[in-house]
Amino acid sequence: MDTDTKRDGFRATAREALLAGVQGLVLAVVVLPCGVAFFALTLISLALIPVGIGLVTTPAVLTGVRALADARRRLAAQWCGIRIPAVYRPLPPGANPWTRTAALLRDPQVRRDVLWLPVDMTAGFFTALAPAVLVFFPIQGFLVAAGLWRANVRGPGDVYWYAFVPVTGQVSALGAAALGAVILAVGRRRTPSLLAAHFRLARTVIGAPDAALAERVRVLTETRQDAVDTSAAELRRIERDLHDGAQARLVAMGMDLGTIEMLVEQDPAQAKKLIAQARRNSAEALEELRDLVRGIHPPVLAERGLGDAVRALALRLPLPAEVTVELPGRADAPVESAAYFAVTEVLTNAVKHSGADRIWADVHHTGGRLRITVTDNGRGGAVTGAGSGLAGVERRLGTFDGVLAVSSPAGGPTMVTMEIPCVLS
Amino acid sequence: MRVVLAEDLFLLRDGLVRMLTAHGFEIVAAVESGPELSRALSELTPDVAVVDVRLPPTHTDEGLQCALAARRERPGLPVLVLSQHVEQLYARELLADGDGGIGYLLKDRVFDVEQFVDAVRRVAAGGTAMDPQVIQQLLSRRAGGDRPLDRLTPREREVLELMAQGRSNAGIAAQLVVTERAIAKHTSNIFAKLGLEVSDDDNRRVLAVLAHLDRDR
Repeated sequence: MDTDTKRDGFRATAREALLAGVQGLVLAVVVLPCGVAFFALTLISLALIPVGIGLVTTPAVLTGVRALADARRRLAAQWCGIRIPAVYRPLPPGANPWTRTAALLRDPQVRRDVLWLPVDMTAGFFTALAPAVLVFFPIQGFLVAAGLWRANVRGPGDVYWYAFVPVTGQVSALGAAALGAVILAVGRRRTPSLLAAHFRLARTVIGAPDAALAERVRVLTETRQDAVDTSAAELRRIERDLHDGAQARLVAMGMDLGTIEMLVEQDPAQAKKLIAQARRNSAEALEELRDLVRGIHPPVLAERGLGDAVRALALRLPLPAEVTVELPGRADAPVESAAYFAVTEVLTNAVKHSGADRIWADVHHTGGRLRITVTDNGRGGAVTGAGSGLAGVERRLGTFDGVLAVSSPAGGPTMVTMEIPCVLS
Repeated sequence: MRVVLAEDLFLLRDGLVRMLTAHGFEIVAAVESGPELSRALSELTPDVAVVDVRLPPTHTDEGLQCALAARRERPGLPVLVLSQHVEQLYARELLADGDGGIGYLLKDRVFDVEQFVDAVRRVAAGGTAMDPQVIQQLLSRRAGGDRPLDRLTPREREVLELMAQGRSNAGIAAQLVVTERAIAKHTSNIFAKLGLEVSDDDNRRVLAVLAHLDRDR
């Protein structure tokens, strides 16, 4: 049993070592030609910029360089689990060759990639070759001992060098085999880490030093744009609703009142009719304003907070909905509002599309996150893709670093989970 | 009839005071904030309180909370709650103690002065005045499967709606332009179909119907 485990362990390390050797060999064989070729192409292309041709070729060549670097990043992750972060700046859309080339050359990541090429074809080549050597060189030692030495040592005075061992006969050939065995023993333990060294070297040169920060900036820029767009669209909608609704009704009422003033003595019956009409108009204006207010900031939300607002919302649904709330306090008003409208959208979706006859909503706060789950027993198959209502919800939550996850297997049930990091007061 | 009025907007408060005074009510206090309302309710023992949901200082549901607190101290204290919006959630809380004397109306309802004054009188007498929008919310939902409510004829549904608002048979008859006897027949049919016990007491009848509708959702 114990020896079995030991043997299994030995086999595993041996297999790993062999694999790393092969991978190193593949890298070394591919690295040198590709690196040299792309480095040469880049230099030529850059040199040709003044004549104009370079403007066309540089972006293409740099794209190739990026592909090469990307391939190495992928291999690093797959073979050694080493993540090499990259932050390329997005190219301006519809740019002409000059601005494209300029933008590419200004990108620090592209510059790092280009500088990496000479490093990769020298130091990179050797670090990739080392594991291969550790695995394959001993084989040569064994072959020499097995008789290969005879092919090279044809007479006395002939010396065949295996590393530092001068092979002149069978005895020294066995010495070569012994050296091979020693190298193999070392290599069995060291090859994987040598391969990892190759990728670490690559990471030092092409890894973006501030990748996490850059990613954060990208997300913030994107969500800020979404927030600005959404609020601008909201304001336009509110303006239009007021303009066509309440405002128009108040104008009509004013006109009616003017007419009534004129008619009240000559034609009291007609005046009375107009008064009734004015009252109807005012009632309708109020109704429209109420709907509008509900769409901007629902009164229950302002009065009671998220929990009761969701409860009130559930009571308005045409389906039975069970709501459980566990909130020890209230979140900031903007967070509450975003969460409320997200829940509204998800519930509306469930009512409209799921075919469910029951809905459950759960609102609670744990570990610094507001978590809302909406489940229905409908037919499932909900998606978050572009154009769906859920994508809008996702964007809206994004402004608050909130996330949305959907589990909706065909046949149901559908569960939509939303999370927003926030503190309660 | 002695009324305590709580409304923070001067124009509305002034209008309500004038309207109620014109209809023979005595306004013993017209206040504009929650703490003032609490004090007025406990010190002046009015016959009915007309209260806006949202009041200073918090501008949340101060008025509603004051009214509920006052009713806990004095069960059955008639309260008519006014709001710019109606929520079934709030109606449920107001009706929860089952004591009657509860009104919950949209502010728009003051446009129809006669009906509004009638509602105040009804509530003061221990009756109910629920906004038609609340009743519609109650009736709008299908609770999955077969519901007793679905067995009502359209006319019976109409009668049920008015009944749930708190109207008496006479009031319903006047509204639908039929005889009181016809309404009485409809109501007994409705009660039979919903499986409710018939009661001659108008107030208890309304509360039973509201409780049934709320349960059914």
